[in-house]
Amino acid sequence: MAEFIQYIINGLSQGGTYALIALGYTMVFGILQLINFAHGEVYMIGAFVGYYSSKFILANHINEKINLTINGAADVSTTQSAILTGLVVIVAAMIVCAIVGFFIERFAYRPLRSSPRINLLITAVGVSLFFQYTGQLVFGSDPKAFPDLFENLEPWTFGSDDNTIFLEPLKVFVFFTTILLMLILRHVIFHTRLGRAMRAVSFNHDLASLMGIPTDRVISATFMMGSALAGAAGVMVAMTYPKVEPLMGSMPGLKAFCAAVLGGIGNVTGAVLGSFILGLAEALLSGYGTPTYKDALAFAILILILLLKPSGLLGVHRTEKV
Amino acid sequence: MFLRQIFASLILLAGLSTNSLYAESIKIGEVGSMTGSEATFGISTHQGIELAIKEQNSKGGVKGKKLELVSVDNQGKPEEAAIGTTKLITQDKVVAVLGEVASSRSLAMAPIAQKNKVPMISPSSTNPKVTTIGDYIFRVCFVDPFQGQVMAKFAAETLKVKRVAILRDVKSDYSLGLSEFFKAAFTKSGGEIVVDQTYSSGDVDFNSQLTSIRSKKPEAIFVPGYYTEVGLIAKQARKLGIKAPLLGGDGWDSTKLYEIGGKALNNGYFSNHYSKDDQNPAVQTFVKNYQSAYKQTPDGLAAMGYDAAKVLIAAMENTKTLAPKEIRDAIAGTKEFQAVTGKISIDDKRNASKPAVVLEIKDGTFLYKTTVNP
Repeated sequence: MAEFIQYIINGLSQGGTYALIALGYTMVFGILQLINFAHGEVYMIGAFVGYYSSKFILANHINEKINLTINGAADVSTTQSAILTGLVVIVAAMIVCAIVGFFIERFAYRPLRSSPRINLLITAVGVSLFFQYTGQLVFGSDPKAFPDLFENLEPWTFGSDDNTIFLEPLKVFVFFTTILLMLILRHVIFHTRLGRAMRAVSFNHDLASLMGIPTDRVISATFMMGSALAGAAGVMVAMTYPKVEPLMGSMPGLKAFCAAVLGGIGNVTGAVLGSFILGLAEALLSGYGTPTYKDALAFAILILILLLKPSGLLGVHRTEKV
Repeated sequence: MFLRQIFASLILLAGLSTNSLYAESIKIGEVGSMTGSEATFGISTHQGIELAIKEQNSKGGVKGKKLELVSVDNQGKPEEAAIGTTKLITQDKVVAVLGEVASSRSLAMAPIAQKNKVPMISPSSTNPKVTTIGDYIFRVCFVDPFQGQVMAKFAAETLKVKRVAILRDVKSDYSLGLSEFFKAAFTKSGGEIVVDQTYSSGDVDFNSQLTSIRSKKPEAIFVPGYYTEVGLIAKQARKLGIKAPLLGGDGWDSTKLYEIGGKALNNGYFSNHYSKDDQNPAVQTFVKNYQSAYKQTPDGLAAMGYDAAKVLIAAMENTKTLAPKEIRDAIAGTKEFQAVTGKISIDDKRNASKPAVVLEIKDGTFLYKTTVNP
């Protein structure tokens, strides 16, 4: 039983990391009907920004200074200090990724706004490859070890001896951040002026611009939000699995895409739901079956869902306009 | 138009310079993973080879000609290794090819070298299949059956454990081979493999496999993978409360291992080709020269690269015309060659038979534990 609960915990934490990526995917798709394949690479850039900024923070003892101003003591061994440093790093990655997202949209996608959707899709693949290989050039292609900010954080344990269940505080943090970000996104989309403009652009781009909605600015905002989410995801995943490399975005990116389709692409709640289902399925398959087919599972699910319910679990079926 | 002219003249220049400048040198090819997730393997090996060639050139080269090393990076991909080998043989016309570390990539290179009848020496591919490709393929390291036996013997006799779990990389011929031979030797010595789990190189999450391993309560876990994944596995194992020591093979030999895995790796053991603490003068001279050239301590793979180049150079000196066939025969005839990683004799299966060492990991340094002879 303890084993089963541990698998569920593993699955939920893995699903949480997919969900963070899938949120951005699904958001951009929801507004633009564009599958932004470069999303996984923005996630990679986020992880690298996190890597360099946390190295910088640790090397210059900035974490001690932050602590000093907030707590009045420079003691960095506390959990609170680790969380503070972590948050600074996440915010840095989100800002950089939002800027990267803005430029991707401005220079790669906006010039193609009026061309057929297939052109955009191919461009997205191109942008993705561009970042993967530029990343190898700039960062070097050997994997880097992400600094362990939470070294002093011991996992929580439940139960005794053979039935002990281990819960990492970091994973709980990732899980609740995912849920929180999902709620914020839902709020932005359904209860703000920007969100209303986004939905209008999604509904009909030309009509929205005739109604006085600055569509370009709305689309830029969408991309920046989606990319900032990917940046946060990159840092949080790099904290949990401390290995950063330029090609790290491709597989999680594709899996998050599968998860988004599973939940119903364009649907924020669906993306999170799909990601948790995928994470759990992978954990249980590795635990009770064979981990060899773990990577194939996501794509098997993708094929099945496209055959059986193309709109996804929570998606609404739209008639395709030709 | 203008651009095209510039390109054309550049290409012409490049062609001219290589032809005219190096006409009097002997080209030796090298294929290695200078970048990618096993980059330290390629870089260490490359530095070892380079050192051997520099030393030889300062002594006047081979038969009055300077040696020239032509290196190709395969980014850690078997398909790139194959392309690189073809390029070295057909375009650069090298007399021999050195490489690779990973067995999967050596297996991609070997058929090409064999087909073109150019001798190939793998410095440290330990999978037995590598040299069975043909009579032009050699290695200067021990093979997986031996490495598996070494760790099985070490687990049973030194650690005195009875219940061991295996976690193998299904994408790597090296890891699969090592697991099989460990399993056979360990069960023969009366031990029990309580669970045999798998992962794929490139994975970052091993929690499910480790949870399943934990439930079987092994006394040690054999993880014959490469350093990037091993570091992550060690970390996640400790966070799941697994205290059993981790055991592995020469794929662990990298400074990156500790960078990723940190303290979680303490109390881990792995088999390797040599120990820098070995007081043999051959080892100490090599360590000293390597340190002054590259400002770092040579790992096992650097030593293997050095030895592979040394064996090749010695063989080349024993030929009359430097024809590939002659070099092949000379390598095959290598007997009791005193190298850094022990005395190398090439057997009739073109493998080297030599001892292995077991190293213990303690706070980032690899301590010499014991030597196991074949």
